[in-house]
Amino acid sequence: MDKIIKVICPNGHLSYARMEKGSFDLGLQTKLDAICADAGSNDVGPYPLGADSCTSPETWQRYDIENMLLAARKLKIPMIIGSANDCGSNKGVDKFVRIVREIAQEHKLPPFKLATIRCAIDKKHIQSALEKGERIQGLDGRADLTRKDLHNTDGMVAVMGAEPIQRAVETGADIIITSRTSDCCIFASFALARGSSKDMAYYFGKVMECASFCAEPYMGKESIIGTVGKDYVIVEACHPGQRCTPASLAGHAMYERKDPFYEEVAGGTIDMRECRYEQISEKATRVTGQKFIKAKDYYVKLEGAGRIGERRYIIVGIRDPMTVANITKAIDWAKDKVVEQFGKNGKDYHLFYHVYGQNAILGEMEPVKEIKSHELCIAVEAVASTAEKADTIATLGARSIFYARLKTKGTAGGAALLTDEPLVAKPVYNWTMNHIMKIDDPYKHFPITIETVNGEEKK
Amino acid sequence: MKTYKLNELAKTIRSKNAGPDNITFDIIFAEKDIYEKVKKSGAITKETIARLYSAPENKIVTFVEYDPGNALKFTFQRNKSNGTLGESDLFGCQQYGPLINYEVTI
Repeated sequence: MDKIIKVICPNGHLSYARMEKGSFDLGLQTKLDAICADAGSNDVGPYPLGADSCTSPETWQRYDIENMLLAARKLKIPMIIGSANDCGSNKGVDKFVRIVREIAQEHKLPPFKLATIRCAIDKKHIQSALEKGERIQGLDGRADLTRKDLHNTDGMVAVMGAEPIQRAVETGADIIITSRTSDCCIFASFALARGSSKDMAYYFGKVMECASFCAEPYMGKESIIGTVGKDYVIVEACHPGQRCTPASLAGHAMYERKDPFYEEVAGGTIDMRECRYEQISEKATRVTGQKFIKAKDYYVKLEGAGRIGERRYIIVGIRDPMTVANITKAIDWAKDKVVEQFGKNGKDYHLFYHVYGQNAILGEMEPVKEIKSHELCIAVEAVASTAEKADTIATLGARSIFYARLKTKGTAGGAALLTDEPLVAKPVYNWTMNHIMKIDDPYKHFPITIETVNGEEKK
Repeated sequence: MKTYKLNELAKTIRSKNAGPDNITFDIIFAEKDIYEKVKKSGAITKETIARLYSAPENKIVTFVEYDPGNALKFTFQRNKSNGTLGESDLFGCQQYGPLINYEVTI
């Protein structure tokens, strides 16, 4: 490959917060070959996937997509958004396509070619794989997938590799929206389609996907530009106050991954053991030595989430120093009152006391055992099969702190109620799948649809 | 030999989800020299970290001395996957708290 390519990434996890337009506009002054961003994340928890919903407000999604789409069509370069709508479901792809169409109409954009890629691996597919005795291997200490796990799954996605997206780029698509994919494959696919080696393309994706998180100082949602050459990748920060340095790029290689030397993707492993980082200008660093090790078999990751129950919260505060000192006793008393009416905690309901000021964030791992705060905040969380039951349990759980029988001078109520009415929360989901499954073809489960936007109306 | 708080020695101390079932911790040093000294001090090992967090050592699934990044890195298996029933740190990004004032003698 003689030609070098340049790609801008305006946002990591698109629309979790809006992209910052200033650095994006600065970046657009460089001659670019594509605009790419990842819109998905597991960090938001299992709810969006399980409920086939999202966590980012549509107005923010529209803002980011509009900025990217208008720039891409003005510059006549491809735009790729992977893992649409936070969880990357097919419904999420439909939503992003609707937004793209609406923006195209509103701005009367000349016709363009839109490719969408959806996931055809669903629960039925997994069911038949299990029936055939195929092993669906658990990640990160999870057991292999069982029929029960599958039965408990409400929403699932299979995470596509770079191949289907590369094919969409090669068809000449202007805009590509995909269901769930590995973050790095969004960028890798474009580089591969333009002739980059796998060694460079996959590392390029790895370093680009979080946008300005690979630069310093810490600033999210700012643009970066990546360049892929024959045997190097260069990353440059667009924000005037940010730089990409050897330290910031090496630091990013380990960010949110357990191993800083390797990253697994569908089809292989990015090997960063021999990466060399050189500052080549004030804001840019060059990386060489990265490799891609092709896997013998092709595995895709499966993500699944299943509903546990309805959830309600009541937040109460404690200011009496004697109650603060005896908060565990008060909570034990309250838990017993709930057991009296509803039986054992964890069977037909779940009740949690998150005690901020004690150990709400680290739980049993908290090394500070002594309460040092003069006041405590307790989030009483109740989960049950119905909203009505969760309401009652949250109310009983909180009011029993109010009535807890401790030795104290206060005799008019043992807790400051922020609210008496339970706060309505989204239902609780668990992750039911964090697994990998072998597939025989990287393409066939991820069908590509091509259409023209703002073209002639079909008669 | 002098005793420092980790906060005084490291440039970055952070924790973050590494997938839904793991939380990974990065302690990054600006200077190679300090990094090497902390590494040699034996203050940050699988054993000491497990003790700090009152966790069995097998909860720490990886412990890496990442020389290219002047960083010590370890990963805990989560007790509860992120955002699931009863879990309270969705991004796993506040779990590093106890490391800030952790004492290291170099």
